[in-house]
Amino acid sequence: MSKATVDKIHYSDAENRGALIAVKAHLITGFLVFLLMMLGGAVMRAAQGALMPSVGADLFYQIMTVHGVGVVGTSAIASTGILWYFLRQYVQLSTKIFWLNFFIFLTGVVIILGSIFLGGYAGAWTFLYPLPGISLGVWSTGAAAGFLIGLLLIGTGFLILYLDWGRAILSRYGSFGQALGLPQLFGKEPLNPYHPTTVVVGTMVLIVDFLGIAAGAVALVIMLINLYNPEFKPDALLVKNLIYFFGHVIINAAMYASVSAVYELLPQYTGRPYKTSKVFYAAWFAIVFMVMAVYPHHLYMDFPLPKWIMIVGQVLSYGSGIPLMVVTGYGALMLVYRSGIQWNTSAKLLILSMFGWAAGGIPAVLDSMITFNKVLHNTLWVPGHFHFYLLLGLLPMILGFTLYLFNIPQEKEPPLVEKLGFYSYAGGALLLSLVFLNSGSNGIPRRWAVHLDEWIPYAQLGAVAAVLVVFGFLLFTVRVLIVLPKAAEPVPAAVH
Amino acid sequence: MQSAAWYITLISVISLIGVFYFVISNSKVKEEYSSFSKAWYGVRGKWFIFLIILWVTLLIITLKPFPLPSQTENYSDKGDQIIDVSGHQWYWVMSSDTVVIDKPVVFQVTTGDVNHGFGVYNEKLELVAQVQAMPGYTNKLVYTFTQPGKYRILCLEYCGVAHHGMIGELNVKES
Ligand SMILES: [Cu+2]
Repeated sequence: MSKATVDKIHYSDAENRGALIAVKAHLITGFLVFLLMMLGGAVMRAAQGALMPSVGADLFYQIMTVHGVGVVGTSAIASTGILWYFLRQYVQLSTKIFWLNFFIFLTGVVIILGSIFLGGYAGAWTFLYPLPGISLGVWSTGAAAGFLIGLLLIGTGFLILYLDWGRAILSRYGSFGQALGLPQLFGKEPLNPYHPTTVVVGTMVLIVDFLGIAAGAVALVIMLINLYNPEFKPDALLVKNLIYFFGHVIINAAMYASVSAVYELLPQYTGRPYKTSKVFYAAWFAIVFMVMAVYPHHLYMDFPLPKWIMIVGQVLSYGSGIPLMVVTGYGALMLVYRSGIQWNTSAKLLILSMFGWAAGGIPAVLDSMITFNKVLHNTLWVPGHFHFYLLLGLLPMILGFTLYLFNIPQEKEPPLVEKLGFYSYAGGALLLSLVFLNSGSNGIPRRWAVHLDEWIPYAQLGAVAAVLVVFGFLLFTVRVLIVLPKAAEPVPAAVH
Repeated sequence: MQSAAWYITLISVISLIGVFYFVISNSKVKEEYSSFSKAWYGVRGKWFIFLIILWVTLLIITLKPFPLPSQTENYSDKGDQIIDVSGHQWYWVMSSDTVVIDKPVVFQVTTGDVNHGFGVYNEKLELVAQVQAMPGYTNKLVYTFTQPGKYRILCLEYCGVAHHGMIGELNVKES
């Protein structure tokens, strides 16, 4: 084996075909559900803008609940598809277990949909204790339990998948430290610039998601016990900590998982390698801890939370932006600068994702400072920053990766549908995020089915932006449904 | 504070668009990576140091003094105006609905059922102060009003299907 090449795992052609089908199933599911969730979002904005009087508060909060949990779950399943696709090239992964998680996920989704649209559950994805059990008769205990059990099931599926990843990474690299490049970082081993970035990413995601899901499972079980045995009253602040730790880790890990597409594909489009370095290892090692420690910025307005937890939350929320701003985003721009890159839609989307991630981080960091949080917490500022992240950061990575799988020769001019889709989607998403942020800075609360008269114009502008997003994403989805099922496995381009 | 957050975000986003525009407009020509990578790695180092300095500065400015009121202090001895607040699905109960300006008001906020968010809005619908209402806890929010008027209390934590109807009133008078 020459030092300059990574030795990849060998699979039979049949295994590779099976794996590709499984990845495509994850992505197609992702596209269809994202599209539905975006429609739900547009409906909510239109309802707040008094453009859709037929959406009453009950239905609004049901849509809001499904929108929140659906987007997080779909982000997790689609980003897992991306990371699994690349990770299996370096470690021996089981396609059966990959499918198993997929089907458990779908089962959980069906249960959750039933709890919301049949049982009327509308306790938001946050399921803050004790709201699921106290609905004033709007939904039953059974509906609340259905929601919690559905989530628990989905978590279990992911835990099984991560056990397979853990086994595979350990059998190839011996320890998670090796996989993260720690011996190289600390000078115990010579630097290997060809240590796969995806293995580092995969190990980080595995560690944080495992702990995140474990915390979520504890919260879910505690609340299930409380639903049927109300004598058992957990501490509300403790449960809130567990829930936000869980939710924050899961959605962030989805971003970090998808970034493997940027590391793997941008080098192919620019012909320049993305080499690992000590800075790279240090950034990802720091992220393992930071991603888990920043969630307290959701709890600053719970004044009894110990002061030191809040300070740690503020310090690390800012800190967790640094590895991105200095390593991933900056590195991506350096790869592109004077590279002679052919701008296909996939490449455009991957660069857009770097912009969205970095730019979305700015309002996030502001919100994570207590001084700002005092007057921005739970206003539309918060959806503003995570729609920025998700619509302009995470989804462009998923889109960019999917278009890569189309396997269309790079020099081919992108079809008009893709160009139109790109500009409608990106323009709409930017407008939508900015309207949310501006609404938040004007004090408009989040999660209000009905808006005061003064706020209606913001919601109407938001609805227009949402329509642009839906239209752009619809064009991409149609194209995905036509092209992706038949697309052959892409052959990686040479990188020097 | 809110408009500061908005303008900082807007200016930063526009600057980032500028950076991306610069790189993208310089992407079509092909140049050997090694001919500029050293120089741009150097810039990266400086950028890193800038972010660290900004980090430390922001922490010092925003955490000293600590921006949240002490929860252990016994405010009733100090002659502050004290209002006991409790949130319910879906209304607010307050021990008094009138306060005067220029003298600290201590809101002792709890809940009779689920989590709520106690958000104080002035006549221009600007959010001036907030705290969560959490089961089993009494959160102390201290705020000194400087403008008289009819303030509104809006719920800022989702608490069920009439969450948006949970609006209370507070009269702030000249002293
Ligand atoms: Cu509420």
